[in-house]
Amino acid sequence: MRGFGAVAVVVIAMALVPFLGVSNVTLNFLIIALMIALAGQGWNVLGGYGGQYSFGHAAFFGTGAYVTAVLQVLYGVDAWIAFGLGIAGGALIGAIVGGLTFRSGLRGSYFALVTLAFAEVLRILSSVAPVTGAGVGILVKLDLRPAAMQFESRAGFYWMILALVAVALTVTQIIERSRFGVWLIAVRENEDAAAALGVNATAIKVIAMVISGAITAAAGCFYVQYFLFIDSGLAYGTWISIEALLTPIIGGVGTVFGPLLGALVVRALGEGAQRITGGEAPGLDLVVYGCVLVLIVGFAPRGLMGGLSQLRSRLWHPARAVKVHHG
Amino acid sequence: MAEPLLQLERISRRFGGLTAVNAVSLAIAEGRITALIGPNGAGKTTLFALIAGFLKPSGGTIRYRGEDVTGEAPHRLARRGIARTFQIVQSFGGLTVRDNILVGAYLHHAARERALAFAEQIAGELGLASLLDRPAATLTVAGRKRLELAKALATEPKLLLLDEVLAGLNPSEIRDMVPVIRGLCQRGIAIVMIEHVMQAVMSLAEHVFVLAEGRIIAEGTPPQVAADPAVVEAYLGHGAAARLGGAHAH
Repeated sequence: MRGFGAVAVVVIAMALVPFLGVSNVTLNFLIIALMIALAGQGWNVLGGYGGQYSFGHAAFFGTGAYVTAVLQVLYGVDAWIAFGLGIAGGALIGAIVGGLTFRSGLRGSYFALVTLAFAEVLRILSSVAPVTGAGVGILVKLDLRPAAMQFESRAGFYWMILALVAVALTVTQIIERSRFGVWLIAVRENEDAAAALGVNATAIKVIAMVISGAITAAAGCFYVQYFLFIDSGLAYGTWISIEALLTPIIGGVGTVFGPLLGALVVRALGEGAQRITGGEAPGLDLVVYGCVLVLIVGFAPRGLMGGLSQLRSRLWHPARAVKVHHG
Repeated sequence: MAEPLLQLERISRRFGGLTAVNAVSLAIAEGRITALIGPNGAGKTTLFALIAGFLKPSGGTIRYRGEDVTGEAPHRLARRGIARTFQIVQSFGGLTVRDNILVGAYLHHAARERALAFAEQIAGELGLASLLDRPAATLTVAGRKRLELAKALATEPKLLLLDEVLAGLNPSEIRDMVPVIRGLCQRGIAIVMIEHVMQAVMSLAEHVFVLAEGRIIAEGTPPQVAADPAVVEAYLGHGAAARLGGAHAH
């Protein structure tokens, strides 16, 4: 129950931020960071807990975005329903890609490359298909009513993405404490040993990919509601695949709060770099990401969450920590 | 005799040109300890992998409790009650001892509290109670062998395949482990063990199969097998039995 308490505390604390009179620029920063965190939370279910490192989570993000946008604009579907169907679309892509890759036994870098290929195929298809607006993209009509899932104030969007992140945190917490979660981690640690204990590794991985796809698709759905525009590069581009895997790796793979922490830190550093150079150096944020990644992999392989718990045990039990250090 | 728990009929497995297991037929009876011995490379571990579903046989059938289970996936066989340990222990290194056993305990206990309680009970039976919160990767060899056994036991098997659980243990650790294995058998679990520690085989097993170059060359009680010239030759080379016999005569 401690884990659920921690989720509640973090979410309530973050929900109070708009009352502190922060500027729209800050809120905008937080909204983007939370959106990236959500995409990363999806990646974390499959990559962090299941050990299946996907390079193509754009496939889910983009599908969520396009389903939401196309249903609203072309078919006049209610925004909230379209949002739900967008998430379902991500889950479906997860089932298809997961079913194909895991049933054929792809692991490690082969799995990563095939997921990347799926995302790229979808990007190219969406850049030529008329239904996705081909090269032009899709504009969603401005309609600032909660019924259309659009809000007049930034705070409305902020609470919405925070609510989505809260759901994803809760889902992750439930997974961590469930039979499914234990079996998923067992598959990550040693697939043969898991199978010997009655774990159907293929089914577990496919289910993880479905959940993962649904969560990351929710981030894509939100992107459309917030920016009211989507095209193939934004939806299925490698940028979101990279953000989705970078944030959990930096924050701490296979931890509940890793993606959230990672997204806030990575985004803050990227934003800071842009500030310092006054926007004169486009792409500098990517350089910062690269440096942070090198530092994390070098000094805290379990991410910021792992580094924090190491630090805590050193402060709380200095003697033991020293022993561990020398051992 | 009633129908055996496990019956192999002319099971073969080829790897390219190499026949690792060649038309092996054997029956494992319920409620006793059976040993599978043989020189290195005889195909013992391959035979275990075939029984547990990690390899599919090139030919032959496997019947378990009267049902044909040939070529079934390992997780399905585990559900049916066939568990195995690995010769090279396969623990979930990053997880604690408790979580390692929990993976197996969840197979028949879906509720977390029940599974946790069962995992702790198993750990207690195998003398791992004080190590529950230790990461599996930090255990000694003896600890890892016990954990390997605990994980398999947590799935509540009816047939337990032990692949060299005594290898790498020192004599006092072996002395501690022998009653543990005997205790499992007394709980009604049929055990098949691959073992090189002959002293343990002699004291534990009721029935022994000897595998050499992929074939069963002898079977019987431990003393019968030990006295079989074919077995002596398989271990010590062609003509060894005659030479040893000659030595005795002088």
